[in-house]
Amino acid sequence: MIVGKRLNSIGVFICHCGINIASIVDIEEVKKQLSVYPGVEFVKDYQYMCSEPGQLLFKQACGSGTVEGVVVASCSPRLHETTFRRAAIEAGMNPYRIEIANIREQCSWVHRDEKEKATEKAVDIIQSVIERSKRNESLTAVSIQTTKKALVVGAGISGMQAALNIANSGVETYLLDREPSIGGRMAQLSETFPTLDCSQCIMTPRMVEVGQNRNITLLTYSDVEEVSGYVGNFKVKVRRKAAYVDWDTCTGCGICSEKCPKKVPSQFDRLLGHRKAIYSPFPQAVPNKTVIDKENCLYFKTGRCRLCAKACPLGAIDFEQKDRIEEIEVGAIVVATGYDLYEKEKIEEYRIGYCEDVVDGLAFERLLSSSGPTQGKVVRPSDGTVPKEVVFIQCVGSRDPNNHLPYCSRICCMYTAKHAMLYKHRVPDGQPYVFYMDIRSGGKNYEEFVQRTIEEEKVLYIRGRVARLYRENNKVVVVGADTLSGKKIEIRADMVVLAMAMRPSGGIEELSKKLKIQIDGNGFLAEAHPKLRPVETLTQGIFLAGCAQAPKDITDTVSQAGAAASMVLELLSNEELSHDPTTSWIDEELCAGCGQCVSQCAYNAIELDEKKKKAHVNEILCQGCGACIVTCPSGAVHQRNFTMSQYYSMIESLV
Amino acid sequence: METVSYMPGCTLKTAGKNFEESAIRLLEILGVTVEELERWFCCGTTYSLSSDNLMNHLAPVRTLLRAKETGRRELLVLCSMCYNTLRRTQDLVLHDQEKRDKINEFMYREETTFSGDEVRVVHLLNYLKDNVGFERVAEHIIRKPSDLKIALYYGCMLLRPEEVSIDESSEDPVIMEELFSSCGIEPVYFPFKTECCGSYQTVNKIDIVLSRAEQIIDSAVNNGADMIVTSCPLCYHNLDSSQERLADTVFGFRNIPVIYISQLLALLVGAGDAADYSLHSVDPRPVLKEKGLI
Repeated sequence: MIVGKRLNSIGVFICHCGINIASIVDIEEVKKQLSVYPGVEFVKDYQYMCSEPGQLLFKQACGSGTVEGVVVASCSPRLHETTFRRAAIEAGMNPYRIEIANIREQCSWVHRDEKEKATEKAVDIIQSVIERSKRNESLTAVSIQTTKKALVVGAGISGMQAALNIANSGVETYLLDREPSIGGRMAQLSETFPTLDCSQCIMTPRMVEVGQNRNITLLTYSDVEEVSGYVGNFKVKVRRKAAYVDWDTCTGCGICSEKCPKKVPSQFDRLLGHRKAIYSPFPQAVPNKTVIDKENCLYFKTGRCRLCAKACPLGAIDFEQKDRIEEIEVGAIVVATGYDLYEKEKIEEYRIGYCEDVVDGLAFERLLSSSGPTQGKVVRPSDGTVPKEVVFIQCVGSRDPNNHLPYCSRICCMYTAKHAMLYKHRVPDGQPYVFYMDIRSGGKNYEEFVQRTIEEEKVLYIRGRVARLYRENNKVVVVGADTLSGKKIEIRADMVVLAMAMRPSGGIEELSKKLKIQIDGNGFLAEAHPKLRPVETLTQGIFLAGCAQAPKDITDTVSQAGAAASMVLELLSNEELSHDPTTSWIDEELCAGCGQCVSQCAYNAIELDEKKKKAHVNEILCQGCGACIVTCPSGAVHQRNFTMSQYYSMIESLV
Repeated sequence: METVSYMPGCTLKTAGKNFEESAIRLLEILGVTVEELERWFCCGTTYSLSSDNLMNHLAPVRTLLRAKETGRRELLVLCSMCYNTLRRTQDLVLHDQEKRDKINEFMYREETTFSGDEVRVVHLLNYLKDNVGFERVAEHIIRKPSDLKIALYYGCMLLRPEEVSIDESSEDPVIMEELFSSCGIEPVYFPFKTECCGSYQTVNKIDIVLSRAEQIIDSAVNNGADMIVTSCPLCYHNLDSSQERLADTVFGFRNIPVIYISQLLALLVGAGDAADYSLHSVDPRPVLKEKGLI
């Protein structure tokens, strides 16, 4: 263990904090006792050390050259440690020679009725910090170069928004999505609440903007394969999945899809429509390129066909194409992987009623969409007739901690109102019913929208749960309760729309492991702090946006994406990243290479060098929490300015 | 030849004799000897929910003690009521130490105590699935009905509460469907399979039972079933005996025979020739004859 030179002259400042400290602790008595304490050069006091004149006093003493270290006895270091350390830098003193002795939260505030004892305790606290201060080293902040590029994973509305904000600030941005086109869920929607703006109409200009932005490189039809490195310097391996079409040549003319003989249910249309085995997910796709779905392609299955290759005027079809791994380097990552719907097969009490005419909310969006499989005509998927009685059920799978998901999916109340309203617009003589638990319409103009649905559109809202669905004579019978009238309700519906709960999109767990970020109890990506750091993760340099973090609507998603982008820009705005040097370090002489510290570190800051069998701390990632120190069985981990000898001397001065 | 301990309960000795007889014959053919407990007690028919009066649990615990004394790990039950009360009592004793101690203290004259995990209460359907195996049941089938359509009816006591359900899903169970599908009989679509039959309301509020039975029977008939197959004696009673009155009061009401799972299975494995149908109010024999089963 390295024990530095002891500092022999310490200056002490005592803050009165108005009456917060001074009315309990006898400042004069403390001064008297400390002035004779070994190593103390002077003791000064002031009403408010954090104020302008207090700081001046502090700076003069630091700059005078008479003291080697300073102890400020005041409030918690959480409040003003940074203030005093900055002042020290201005005065020309190493900031890590400033220590705070907390005599407010840990003394005066908690011992209001015992003034004498509080005074005694204040002296003890300050003396112990003086002891620690004597063994402080001058440290300099750690710094590293950053790569001024960003990666956004997921190209739905949140990923697109984040990428645009970052790219428009001049930072090169990669935008990755596993689908062939950007657009995500919003591209599937018909119209949006509460304004009934057509989703495609407001979204496609954004998509074009993304596609044409010089600072954005699209990595569609790609997966994140591996992530290494750390904040400012991530290395990401990206798997560019084989499209079996040379995208540099393909112009998206669509002749190949026309000629393709194989029809496949379209995922984009929620299986209500069809696409071909060579396809582009929707007409407005960006990039407008086609891919071959290998599972369904006749050539891949039988070795015969190749009609697309014959039809392509540019010869872009390439059956020999293989997945490629591309490596990119970025300084920051935004994860915006979006959501899926909870599977309706998991709702056992409704299962016996399932048929083609019981659809989820996204499928109904496709039915309403003018670019959907029915060109926006609301018809029953089973027989193409116009449904005259439609039942909408809210909270399917949500808010059901016993059987399904405990949380509220937040958007269902609004989109169900929108569905009912749009249905009524398309089928004016139809009757929509909505079963609801509560109506949660918090948001600008949201409540007004729901009221309009109920009052002007005459949608029948029934407060209660649906217990069962079953099929009878080509209809779906909905059995539920009206809890306001206390009556059992049965509706013979032509169609049923289930507002399925929202859950994080598939594959989020593997991705979170690759990125070393955490997942919360419900499977969503965990933010660093629910209130004050909602777009950061605990892994520095990785940020969250959109429904990957929690259910939210488009408005909130776009806002959060902007916030994530601004965090990225803040991070990348400096040439170098500097970091508090009070990190831990490994004494390689003592390290046995057991790796226990590696698994304990919440910030993935420790790596085990397999060759040397020694642990190594990444100073940029280390947050100085000390978990590794207490874990190490050989006592090989130390932390700068938090050494064992400092702790022992503090304890010695106290007992 | 396997042997299994068996608790019949009161109904199976009286109104449900046809259930017991057919089940025992069926199991015999499948290579299982059924050994009735020498002494057993009334299960109480409904599981008592009062938390301080443990008296109601004593009879089921005594039955379980007798089962424990046979040295066998399993206790076969046919009646849904007995299954429900015995399983729930067993769970109570197993998970609630305070109540277990109190119950055991009360029965100080017993030679042994019951701690809840010595005996497993098993319903016939689970026994056929897990111990015998549906494939083995299918192997024994010697008679194939011609185009027999059945509506499989579970009722509630085998499914609720969820913890004692005989199927993974208490909302949409499939164990009976699996059993009969493996025997080559396809059940009809029957969404009322778990609907309540009205249960003991049959004693004093028969109207409730009649309206429920009407709905359930209508659904079975409308979906093309030739008969309703159930395993609960109370459901059987409510669905079968109410048809006489329904036929008198409901215009256009169509009768449908109700039989026990074991009665149908016994016929399939060739053990139903001596079967007694005198207890049925809707005689199933015409349908059975038409489908070539008798």
